[in-house]
Amino acid sequence: MLRPGFRDPVHDAQGVFRAVLDALARPGTIHAISTHLDPPEPLTPELAAIALALTDGDTPVWLDPALTASPEVAAYLRFHTGAPLTDDPARAAFAFVREAGRCPPLAAFAQGSPAYPDGSTTLVLALDSLDVGAGLRLTGPGSRGTADLALAPMPPGWPGALRENHAGFPLGVDGLLTAPGRVAGLPRSTAVEG
Amino acid sequence: MYVAVKGGEAAIDNAHRLLAEVRRGDPAVPELTVAQIREQMALLVDRVMAEGSLNDPDLAALALKQARGDVVEAVFLVRAFRTTLPRFGASVPLDTGAMALRRRVSATFKDLPGGQVLGPTFDYTHRLVDFALAEDGAPETVAEAEPREDAAATPRVTDLLGRDGLIEPSPQDDGTPLPDITREPVDYPCDRATRLQALARGDEGFILALGYSTQRGYGRTHPFVGEIRVGTVEVEFVPEELGFPVPLGTVQVTECQMVNQFKGSRAVPPQFTRGYGLVFGQSERKAMAMALVDRALRAGELGEPLASPAQDQEFVLAHCDSLQATGFVEHLKLPHYVDFQAELELVRRLRAEFEAGREAAE
Amino acid sequence: MSEAYNFAYLDEGTKRMIRRALLKAVAVPGYQVPFASREMPMPYGWGTGGVQVTAAILGRSDVLKVIDQGADDTTNAVSIRRFFAKTAGVATTTRTTEASVIQTRHRIPETPLHEGQTLVYQVPIPEPLRFLEPRETETRQMHALAEYGLMHVKLYEDISRHGHIATTYAYPVEVAGRYVMDPSPTPKFDNPKMDDCPALQLFGAGRERRIYAVPPYTTVRSLDFEDHPFRVQTFTEPCALCAARGHYLDEVVTDDAGGRMYICSDTDACETRREDVR
Repeated sequence: MLRPGFRDPVHDAQGVFRAVLDALARPGTIHAISTHLDPPEPLTPELAAIALALTDGDTPVWLDPALTASPEVAAYLRFHTGAPLTDDPARAAFAFVREAGRCPPLAAFAQGSPAYPDGSTTLVLALDSLDVGAGLRLTGPGSRGTADLALAPMPPGWPGALRENHAGFPLGVDGLLTAPGRVAGLPRSTAVEG
Repeated sequence: MYVAVKGGEAAIDNAHRLLAEVRRGDPAVPELTVAQIREQMALLVDRVMAEGSLNDPDLAALALKQARGDVVEAVFLVRAFRTTLPRFGASVPLDTGAMALRRRVSATFKDLPGGQVLGPTFDYTHRLVDFALAEDGAPETVAEAEPREDAAATPRVTDLLGRDGLIEPSPQDDGTPLPDITREPVDYPCDRATRLQALARGDEGFILALGYSTQRGYGRTHPFVGEIRVGTVEVEFVPEELGFPVPLGTVQVTECQMVNQFKGSRAVPPQFTRGYGLVFGQSERKAMAMALVDRALRAGELGEPLASPAQDQEFVLAHCDSLQATGFVEHLKLPHYVDFQAELELVRRLRAEFEAGREAAE
Repeated sequence: MSEAYNFAYLDEGTKRMIRRALLKAVAVPGYQVPFASREMPMPYGWGTGGVQVTAAILGRSDVLKVIDQGADDTTNAVSIRRFFAKTAGVATTTRTTEASVIQTRHRIPETPLHEGQTLVYQVPIPEPLRFLEPRETETRQMHALAEYGLMHVKLYEDISRHGHIATTYAYPVEVAGRYVMDPSPTPKFDNPKMDDCPALQLFGAGRERRIYAVPPYTTVRSLDFEDHPFRVQTFTEPCALCAARGHYLDEVVTDDAGGRMYICSDTDACETRREDVR
């Protein structure tokens, strides 16, 4: 039996989008994602909410091995979004990573091109915890001065990989960090220390 | 005491009420029905369908009625309605070779299989105002030949030429998904499918003028009308769950195959090239102009020098849409007083400096 | 609220497409993201880009303000505000401080914007290089290479001809040290308000099919030269209605004998000041 999607597709999607927009526009701030979703394991409600709000037939989606291992996850996303799944991260418009501790290198995803930097992957990570506090120190558009973000687990190679990603600006991937009930943004425009 | 202008809301409501009244005109004159427009202003309805990118004669007729006969406004109504419709997918390519022909002419051969079919045309009418039409009365009924259903008996001229390799082959459907200019922004340089979509919904007057310019030397293509055919074709669609085509109905279209200047190289023997036009309804002018412009836009691909407006795809595609053009031209009547004030301030300052400079010189 | 159409008119697929473009726009400040602009029930050039952006972000709890030339009561502002009141049933306001989303044509409100607000600009020609180079293929390359010499040449030619940079509105800006961006045809008077602004600024160009953004607290620099620094317009008189100085003023012709008066273009700022005085 397929799990249901948004109770109110119009307004739930709008709420998730605005949280994500605010998160990306103000790196270092944490925004609430409230959904009533109960997706199949190991997909988290936050990953599911972002997928349902933003993906469709026009967006190739890449799932990490933990999500790929569950056929129910693929069936759930296909049914509710119609998004084609791809096993090539460099072709993905969105990539969903359940096991942030095993996140592939950022360079494996689509980077966009100098003429079309928007042709890059948006990487959505599920973390155990996400708080304001010592961890990553962020500066750049959207941050007033600096902002500090503590996340666990820290994906492999971070924060060095984030610095490289930012160095390639305007190319590079944009990150959405999720933890239960929350989301923060890590756009490529953000410089990272930490 | 000056009081700032208020009441935009009431003014808009009043203007719209007035519009409704003048749209109706003299109430002593009977109101037009949608069916009357559809039947008696059929070519106008066709144009609204073509530029509105929606094959629905009743809707186009209604739009014309609502728009007081303003074509661009009617196209606008149809387009705005069209965008709210769900999109199920793309049809199977129309087989215009299997068209039930109402009219078919070729300028390249005196006679050919299937013959020339004049059909209902203004061609060879003497443009004398028929005052009898001002009176009510039924026209004489004429017996029109049944549309030819035996497609094999009227092969397309370009197919006849193609059999001998005298003309470049028509591109085949290789299954790659087609672009859709209503769903993706145009990315220049763009392919022929994208260009043809834009031309098909482009403003008839603009396309006509561009096509004409190629005949006068601005991107000359030495065109011959291989064939114009007007008639109905079946539209088929392959639903995902069935996997085979099912007919959805028929549409009337006008197709023009222009046969143009030959090309050749060391590797390829000389052969004629093509320009293509296809529009909803009966509109030979639009289909022919479209074919001329399509061929002109292929200049780069065919190694011809790019020097004329009709060969410039950014110029043609960015300006051929009547809605975009009319919207932006007419937006100049919106208030711009904030920007004008900024210019006014600068011009006054520059003039003061100019005068000061002149006085200092004297 | 009209039941015949979806909330805020656009279908959900179109909203998703616009929302994805907005996310890219925010991540690459000042870069123009192509998007599949839809035909709207108002003409191209009359705010279809701004309307699509607003429709894509608007939620039930938003409070919407719409201005044209700084005024809430200009006909096009009235028309767009009614469109959303009808199709989305959202609350509307004329108060800058009360609005969560402000759609604008040609002005930035005088009242400083705050965090949590979003300013949506209607943009006619999003490409700042368009009048220097009409070809999209060329300007795209210039942005890719950050090759903006042409723009500086143009501004400098102004100086040599007029003694001033002769651009008074749609004055080009550099965003976050990378992309040169068109601020929409706001008077250059408003350019400084874009810099380090606490509100999110979104730009929609419907006919030209582009969306771009400036995140909050982002550096927005008006292009200039050391010997010809950027300067905004100044007005010698205060507003004839509220006596404000430092507001952008409209010149109103009062008779045919050269009579003029100057009043605030921002109707809300003007009314608020007059109420405070009372």
